[in-house]
Amino acid sequence: MPRYPTPANAPPKVRVVTLRINGQDVSAREDETILSVAVDHGIRIPSLCYLEGLTAWGACRLCVVEVAGIPKLLPACSTVVTEGMVVETNSDKLKRYRRMILELLFAERNHVCSVCVSNGHCELQNLAAECGMDHVRVPYRNAPYEVDSSHDFFRVDHNRCVLCTRCVRVCDEIEGAHTWDVMGRGVECQVITDLHTPWGESESCTSCGKCVQVCPTGALVKKGTAAGEMEKLGDFLPYLTQMRGKQ
Amino acid sequence: MSATEKITLATAWLDGCSGCHMSFLDLDERLITLAELVDVVYSPIVDTKELPQQVDVGILEGAVSSEEDLAKARMFRERCKFLISLGDCAITGNVPSMRNMFDLDEVFDRAFVETVQAQPQRPTEGLPQLLQPVRPIHHVVPVDLVVQGCPPSADTIWYVLTELMAGRAPDPTQITRFGA
Repeated sequence: MPRYPTPANAPPKVRVVTLRINGQDVSAREDETILSVAVDHGIRIPSLCYLEGLTAWGACRLCVVEVAGIPKLLPACSTVVTEGMVVETNSDKLKRYRRMILELLFAERNHVCSVCVSNGHCELQNLAAECGMDHVRVPYRNAPYEVDSSHDFFRVDHNRCVLCTRCVRVCDEIEGAHTWDVMGRGVECQVITDLHTPWGESESCTSCGKCVQVCPTGALVKKGTAAGEMEKLGDFLPYLTQMRGKQ
Repeated sequence: MSATEKITLATAWLDGCSGCHMSFLDLDERLITLAELVDVVYSPIVDTKELPQQVDVGILEGAVSSEEDLAKARMFRERCKFLISLGDCAITGNVPSMRNMFDLDEVFDRAFVETVQAQPQRPTEGLPQLLQPVRPIHHVVPVDLVVQGCPPSADTIWYVLTELMAGRAPDPTQITRFGA
């Protein structure tokens, strides 16, 4: 089949679909995800591992929604819309599930907010408040994880890590260094630099600090910050992605 | 209103820093209003040495870290109609629970030997047996309400108490949170 070059400024050929979110009729491009459509229409769906400008990962499951006719809950960040889809984002069942996910996250590692450098600027803390998670019903694991302070400017405290992999994705997709990756399974799972060498000895790390800025918790932080002092500036990411897309 | 018709309130702090009680005292002039409606029958801030058999509202600050904390938590649950976990230590274990990652020998050595210059030695008497792990109060006895914060602000405490006195169920998650 002959292929003709597309004019540079031609609009991409995507169909528009209509669907229903929380009883509200919305239209969307057929290649959009439920989460991005919801964001466009001012419908809030709690999410943690998702970050605009990075590929969707679907790891945290906080953005799960109910879709009519499908017995499973689906992650809104990585489910593409279809024509006639009926989505519920905030049912009692979903609230219950989100709360449980947050309880398990808080119980898995150390998320003591009061002494954390990210206290007051933490997405996990904010999500707990938003979802009404005011106490953890399961036993805390109390397992110690490593703190790596070998880097000149930054620190990784695996006790605060929720394994969202934003650092892995931003380092690979935006910085192009792929210093970060994931090692191990289950409770042994952790993010690593290079082939699990100390961050300070990493040969691929450019010390750009993007991983620190996109980290939702106090896991990746600037050195020299005291409790509550670590504010993240993640806003650069959608801008950077958009501008690069235009090149 | 006679004294016998007043709501009775008891408070105690387990393994905490007393900050939640300080926040309670930060109610300032509202304490006078409170005193007209509520009788504080047992608390570190009053003289009474024994918890009465029946109390309307009990407030516990701090985590359960020792046999003494555990006994107090159980006694409060037994004698208080409505029990409140006040602050992050009571609800999550918070800072006291950060020793859970070490074994008790290490904790004792750190506190009484490694960091002490004059006569470093472990205490042998007069101290309650420490528990491992440190636990939130609702992991050892049922709790009716949790009030987050480190510490919860005086306004939060005031909101909770006034809502309870008005016969309503307070929802402090709207005004406070972990680490607040």
